Amino acid sequence: MSALESETADTETGLGDTLLQVKSLKKYFPITEGIFVKKAVANVKAVDGVSFDIRRGETLGLVGESGCGKSTTGRCILQLDPVTEGQIIFDGVDLATVDRNALNKVRERVQVIFQDPFSSLNPRMKVGDIIAEPMHVHGLEPDKGKREARVAELLSVCGLNPRMADRYPHEMSGGQRQRVGIARALSMRPELIVCDEAVSALDVSIQAQVINLLEDLREQFNLTYLFIAHDLSVVRHLCHRVAVMYLGKIVELADSDELFDNPMHPYTQALLSAVPVPDPTVEAGREHRVVKGEVPSPIDPPSGCVFHPRCSLATDSCSVDTPVLRELKPGHWVACSEV
Amino acid sequence: MKAVDGITYSVEEGETVAIVGESGCGKSVSALSVLRLIPDPPGKIVGGSIRFMGKELLSMSDDEIREIRGNHIGMVFQEPMTSLNPVLTIGRQLTETVEHHIGLEHEKAMDRARELLRLVGISDADRRLEQYPHHLSGGMRQRVMIAMALACEPKLIIADEPTTALDVTIQAQILELMKELTQRLGVALVIITHNLGVVARYANRVNVMYAGKIIERGTAAEIYHNPRHPYTLGLLRSVPRLDQPRGSRLIPIDGQPPDLTQLDGGCAFRPRCTFAVDRCAREIPPLEDVGEGHLTACWEQETVGKFMSKAS
Repeated sequence: MSALESETADTETGLGDTLLQVKSLKKYFPITEGIFVKKAVANVKAVDGVSFDIRRGETLGLVGESGCGKSTTGRCILQLDPVTEGQIIFDGVDLATVDRNALNKVRERVQVIFQDPFSSLNPRMKVGDIIAEPMHVHGLEPDKGKREARVAELLSVCGLNPRMADRYPHEMSGGQRQRVGIARALSMRPELIVCDEAVSALDVSIQAQVINLLEDLREQFNLTYLFIAHDLSVVRHLCHRVAVMYLGKIVELADSDELFDNPMHPYTQALLSAVPVPDPTVEAGREHRVVKGEVPSPIDPPSGCVFHPRCSLATDSCSVDTPVLRELKPGHWVACSEV
Repeated sequence: MKAVDGITYSVEEGETVAIVGESGCGKSVSALSVLRLIPDPPGKIVGGSIRFMGKELLSMSDDEIREIRGNHIGMVFQEPMTSLNPVLTIGRQLTETVEHHIGLEHEKAMDRARELLRLVGISDADRRLEQYPHHLSGGMRQRVMIAMALACEPKLIIADEPTTALDVTIQAQILELMKELTQRLGVALVIITHNLGVVARYANRVNVMYAGKIIERGTAAEIYHNPRHPYTLGLLRSVPRLDQPRGSRLIPIDGQPPDLTQLDGGCAFRPRCTFAVDRCAREIPPLEDVGEGHLTACWEQETVGKFMSKAS
């Protein structure tokens, strides 16, 4: 274990400059009424003022339950959804200010791996063509022979037999399909990869294979990951730093081990307590605090602190004042007025 | 294809037994078979015996088994949206069961429905009874499923991945509810899941399935601390844990689960096993006692045991 820890420490110090900055990001989806004349009657505040940065070589985890806005944040960074408000700055360039050509250049450097390898691979294309398509579209490797060689190389980097280039996605297992998705993302030689629930659909024994692959690739190609997931055990395992989201806001952000060993926000504490550990002895000695109620609607979020209706520490002022992220320890940010 | 091949397990009154395994290992099919819910054709139960409170379920007529289902054995499925009827109110779905099985009049049945909703922690019962499944959240729907399973005071509840579709805080709410209710009402619970953490927190005894067979069984403590089957050991070493620091490397199981139509006369786990010997290719290991109610199906279980004691 000590050898592993020192290895981690080395990569910690090896972290580089800031690669991605997200500043006060807001993404509202309008709810419209009327058949011919559409009129916005309300907004779903999917992401409501989220800020963080990712350094080169770092893995930042973005966790939270369904509907907390973690995937929407990822889609905004990928420019798949237009931003309502706020800035996304990639390698010093504000993506809102650049023209189409420059944006396409950025798109080469930022890639994505989705959750469901079934629906994110075109069932009518061969695996080799799926991996080669982005290179073709972006004109990265105009020569067909070189492109095929690159596909073979990417397949073997991702632990697949190069001969699988001639197969169709349905001929592969879930784990193999996810490796194809990873190979496709790598084909652009990206710097940042957004992993949106990239290992969530996989069985335990296959999931471990893909997690190890992601770790190896990060080291080999000096990749930076934004790792969006709901599985906290996987996040602790993979991420350097973790941001916890609730109802469109970041409620806590800290170094991974610090966050999991010393959670400060009541929501983070409840979330961690809810995750069972695969060890009956540990489980018998753990306190199981069940948080009451369900996540409120993001159309009409609670006033003040969005967590206050479910919070055990809530006071009267929590329903009035919106807490801001404060740095309570070096690198440990918490949005709660009661800690 | 043999989806489930010669498995044996028992559940005592008031006990929680887990069946764990990965996709396609036959864990759901084995549970559906208990209630004879496997459509025939194409599925067929070709042999074996399922005894519930001393009665043989496999030789019962359709009417008799219908009496058992819902009345004595309740079932909770993974996806409450597809297992609740979308065009009936919650009230109708709850009263249907008790009217049919216990023969309560409508008024009495409505009272029972209200009581059941309170039991599973749903407030504002009168309004909820009027609502349809799509009005409810996923967690709320699963609570209704549990209320339906409990409606006729069953002796046994079979829960097939009851919380897999739910968020983690809601999962904790539902599991705590099931644990509390089964203990209070003395109901036995068979919980089918792929989540090793859920098993560790809630199960008394554990059955591990692989390729249609139970390959290891024992108390939760025995299975987690002293696994004797390489597959169980592999599962435990490949799952990331919340209480382990960042960077500790996972040890995955190489390869993939086998195609159940292509099984040969050897141990199904052999191609992925690091402990495999020649004998594993020739003979299928039987599930054998290795002490203290711990059973395992592996020719090399002693080697696995030595490996475990060396590792710790």
